[in-house]
Amino acid sequence: MVRVAVLRMEGTNCEMESLLAFSRLGAEAEYVHINEVERGRKHLEDYQILFFPGGFSAGDYVRAGAIFAARIKASFMRDLVKFVDEGKLIIGVCNGFQILTELGLLPAVDGAVSDEPQAALTTNDSTKFECRWVYVRNEDRGKCVFLRRYGEGEIIPLPVAHAEGKFVVRDENTLNKMIEEGQIAFRYVAPDGGKATYPWNPNGSVHDIAGICNPQGNVLGLMPHPERAFFRIQHPDWTRDTWEGDGAGKRIFQAAIEYAGRKL
Amino acid sequence: MLRATVFVRYREGVDDPEGKHIKKALNLLGFSQVRDVGVAKTYEILLDVDGEEEAEKLVEEMARKLLVNPVIHEYEVQYERV
Repeated sequence: MVRVAVLRMEGTNCEMESLLAFSRLGAEAEYVHINEVERGRKHLEDYQILFFPGGFSAGDYVRAGAIFAARIKASFMRDLVKFVDEGKLIIGVCNGFQILTELGLLPAVDGAVSDEPQAALTTNDSTKFECRWVYVRNEDRGKCVFLRRYGEGEIIPLPVAHAEGKFVVRDENTLNKMIEEGQIAFRYVAPDGGKATYPWNPNGSVHDIAGICNPQGNVLGLMPHPERAFFRIQHPDWTRDTWEGDGAGKRIFQAAIEYAGRKL
Repeated sequence: MLRATVFVRYREGVDDPEGKHIKKALNLLGFSQVRDVGVAKTYEILLDVDGEEEAEKLVEEMARKLLVNPVIHEYEVQYERV
């Protein structure tokens, strides 16, 4: 059975719906507090998937996700890097994406974990907490393990809820490398698939980036919340019957569990 | 003891949306002289050390490990004996 750790620390939220997304699909998911890993009571090697939920953590003091990342760097960073090197799966949603970026696990353009962050998720252009549904397009070309259940260029609705989600990179070179390597997972788009200006790009992210994966394709970070789009009825328009089937975010969890079950 | 006051601000060329909104608000209040506003975070850190050199080393490490994301930030420190 696929084992999933939903990591948390003081002030984490959104961990419950994240855990349920995995357990409803048959995985054995449990909460793992970072203190338990630090103190050796739980071990990362016992899991195939790590999930960083979002939300908030540690009051989001300093910068969103910065304290969570610093705590990991101070204790079990080496185990985490090993986890990635072994090809196991890591997903960071919202605050989780911010943590993975602060840790240098994303975008990791040179293939390895970077000592310093290569990107940042900074204050939204609107300076507001943007909490609503947006459209994202699957930009993956077969690299990202988590997106295998989406069609090429498929546009899906997902909800965002963040004040610091504007993805920026240090320089043009980093962005170009990410594009060349096929690391762009999701981009914000207008409902008709056209260029996303505000409000369709809710934060002003460069290149309309909503989610990225690492060059190996086993670490995904995204600002929208797939765990909040698990059931069809979570979408506010569900009674209009605009589409059939499940919530659009469910397939990320399905793809991760399938891959982990087969290969890890 | 030393007090290190650390100012963390956006690097030049990085958007500062909060600063922009505050500038707009000040302009609307009639302060037409306001050309630009930058928002910075200030940390006042009381250090149990005596030498400034030692303090500098410590603060530099704190900035690298937590206070600053070099992709978007730059920082400046002032020291004061207390």
